[in-house]
Amino acid sequence: MKGLIEWLDRRTGVGTAWRWFFYQSIPGGARWRYAWSTVLLFTFLVQAVTGFFLLGHYSASSQTAWESVFFLQYQVPGGWLLRGLHVITAQVFTVLLALHLMQQVIGRAYLAPREVNFWLLLALLPLVIGLSVTGWLLPHDQKGFWAARVPLNLLGILPLVGPDIQRLLIGGSDLGHYTLTRFVALHTVLLPALTGSLLGLYIYLTRRHGLSGLVQPAGQVNPARLATPESGSSAAYWPDQALRDAIACLAVVVTVLFVVLRPRLLGHGQPVPELLGPANPAEPYSAARPEWFMLWLFQFLKLFPGGTELWGAVILPLLVVLVIALMPWIGRWRLGPGFNTGFMLALVAGVIVLTALAVSQDRTDPEYQAARRAARIEAARANVLAQAPTGIPPSGALSLLQGDPLTQGPRLFARNCASCHRYDGNDGAGRIPKEPPAASDLKGYGGREWLTGLLDPQRIASLHYFGGTKLRDGKMVRFVTKDVAGFSPAERAQLEQVIVALSAEAQLKSQREADRRDARMILEGKELIENQTVRCTECHLFHRKGDEPIGPDLTGYASREWLMAFVADPAHERFYGKKNDRMPLFGKDEVLDARSIGLVVDWLRGEWYQESHK
Amino acid sequence: MLGCSVRVDRREGLELGLLMPANKSIDRERRNFLEGIAALILGAVATVTPLAAGLRVFLQPLRRRAGANGVGFVKVTFLNALPADGAPRRFLVVADRTDAWNKFTSVPVGAVYLRRTGETRVQAFNAICPHAGCYVDYSAERNAFGCPCHNSTFALDGRVADPRSPSPRGLDELVVEIRAGTEVWVQFQDFRTGTAARVPV
Repeated sequence: MKGLIEWLDRRTGVGTAWRWFFYQSIPGGARWRYAWSTVLLFTFLVQAVTGFFLLGHYSASSQTAWESVFFLQYQVPGGWLLRGLHVITAQVFTVLLALHLMQQVIGRAYLAPREVNFWLLLALLPLVIGLSVTGWLLPHDQKGFWAARVPLNLLGILPLVGPDIQRLLIGGSDLGHYTLTRFVALHTVLLPALTGSLLGLYIYLTRRHGLSGLVQPAGQVNPARLATPESGSSAAYWPDQALRDAIACLAVVVTVLFVVLRPRLLGHGQPVPELLGPANPAEPYSAARPEWFMLWLFQFLKLFPGGTELWGAVILPLLVVLVIALMPWIGRWRLGPGFNTGFMLALVAGVIVLTALAVSQDRTDPEYQAARRAARIEAARANVLAQAPTGIPPSGALSLLQGDPLTQGPRLFARNCASCHRYDGNDGAGRIPKEPPAASDLKGYGGREWLTGLLDPQRIASLHYFGGTKLRDGKMVRFVTKDVAGFSPAERAQLEQVIVALSAEAQLKSQREADRRDARMILEGKELIENQTVRCTECHLFHRKGDEPIGPDLTGYASREWLMAFVADPAHERFYGKKNDRMPLFGKDEVLDARSIGLVVDWLRGEWYQESHK
Repeated sequence: MLGCSVRVDRREGLELGLLMPANKSIDRERRNFLEGIAALILGAVATVTPLAAGLRVFLQPLRRRAGANGVGFVKVTFLNALPADGAPRRFLVVADRTDAWNKFTSVPVGAVYLRRTGETRVQAFNAICPHAGCYVDYSAERNAFGCPCHNSTFALDGRVADPRSPSPRGLDELVVEIRAGTEVWVQFQDFRTGTAARVPV
């Protein structure tokens, strides 16, 4: 064994390098603060290792990026942990790097001959931010997609080269397959290679110059340093400093594990990292924010009115970087070190204030909160649909959401129906319009409860039913408020049977059990309708042909077919005919296509995929 | 802690008069050894944690049970499509397939050779050569299956025809069911190649 090592060493110098690294003397002995560079290297290696395994489960395209990440997160055992480690360690890496830079400034570690060490550290920051930004987009969820667009758009305002750089990164004019493939290439090859090289060089140089700021520019020993009590002797890196380094690395791993595992251990809260619904270029996610450590820049950019973004996004940050880069020279003046430290502390204070502002503004912004809630609901729904037995089709998970009545119904309703109708008092998407409703509330439409209310003399003329429409003065309202109000108890019982029978025409999923149970009652109710006992058929048709009915045909009332036809053309003689109030002929006038009408109708009827509870 | 132990040493050294330097160096050696061990262990724990999380995901395919890619019985063709003289014909097997996150409906999952062995009896072979996984061809002139890759030859009944064939076993026969009188259903399954035993993959 020993012979082999010597043989190798003679040819490669590996043993010498090993001894140089492990037995190098550290002036002043081991210190905790010397662990930074090792921790940075370790964190980078964690990213390289977890990143390799993540890449093995990632597929970069618009139809597979979210899907492959979803599969890893929810279906591959341990996938969530791997992803969590990578995402949180990335944040830790950025923070450690920024703190280390701070530490170097405060400790004047930029002084000659360590200027290059300092610049390397400074150059690492934009690289790490670049890694973060390219990493956000890769899961291709709503958050990543919309958060990644901002830095891409900011690139576009760079003078001269901006639009071209933007186009190169996006791989065209719209985010798509090529954006993902290019981002993967940057995120997994170019940026890590640069980061790793600079970091390696940095660590080599710190070792070359000795870990502390013990050597003065002139090569003399700094007496102020030697005077400190713990610095009486020097010690080899191994094992004193190595132990400190190992403990610091372990602390990083434990911290990251804690953050990732906390929601699981507590049993509540969002999983870390969260995966929102698949990216949808047609549904902007207004609550998209950069990662928390970049929130300050996001907030900073709000300060710049239109036309001056270049200052906030490019010129001022570049000036700040320039000042930091010049610190080795500024620090030579008498007041220089004080200025440098003050500058960094001011920067940190600014970052803290801006971050706090960004967080507090979002916390009190109801629209932000609503967007967050909606996104989480959509994410949960995408999760349910993707895990359904039918699985994710080759067209991607977004197509699942696009064809899902529970997701699309409320949106279509809010956009097309809520100007008159309500759904449980709101516009379907949870907002309450200012105007009073001009037509009925459609929650539970066709159900027994809804029909009971319709045939209630107290309620039919309310805004919940016909109160806002022209029908308020029509025959139906007159019939209910006058005749039904005067019904005898026997007639009232018959009316209940009629309601059950009419509601059964809808074949609602929610009433399937009740309809099966009350089959007899339904049969009797049908007869009551047909032989005019409760007088429905004086105006309505019911399972027979006839001409010029006064009210809508009740055959198959509120069934999918009936509602589809009704929404498509409410002024058809089968429905309201000439008496149609203000309802648009959604299908006939081509306001909505049949698919959209189907989605609204299915949503109103409660027809959507539900996971079976075991 | 270090300062503390040195102080104790010093006092002992004063009392005993001589032993201080020797004691200190032994102590230092022992402490270095313990520190080194601790550094190794803690460093290893820190390093292994992310590595283990990655390997757990990476090694997932090994935990998949054998035969998991089987698609069950698949309708391949009708009896009328098979020549009465027993000459084999190749058919595509089209089935639903789960590929990681995607579910595909009606996609080609493989191919089979079918040949009539009776009025309503059909023999089926997976078209994959058991040697190295190439698709075998049927040659009407030689009246045998031949593999284009390494020249394995198989008789019509699937057995290895030429002893010089590199294939370790004959063609993989699949279970056939005739349903509704005319439909030919095959229980489609792939097998591990290169082994004498038939192991479903």
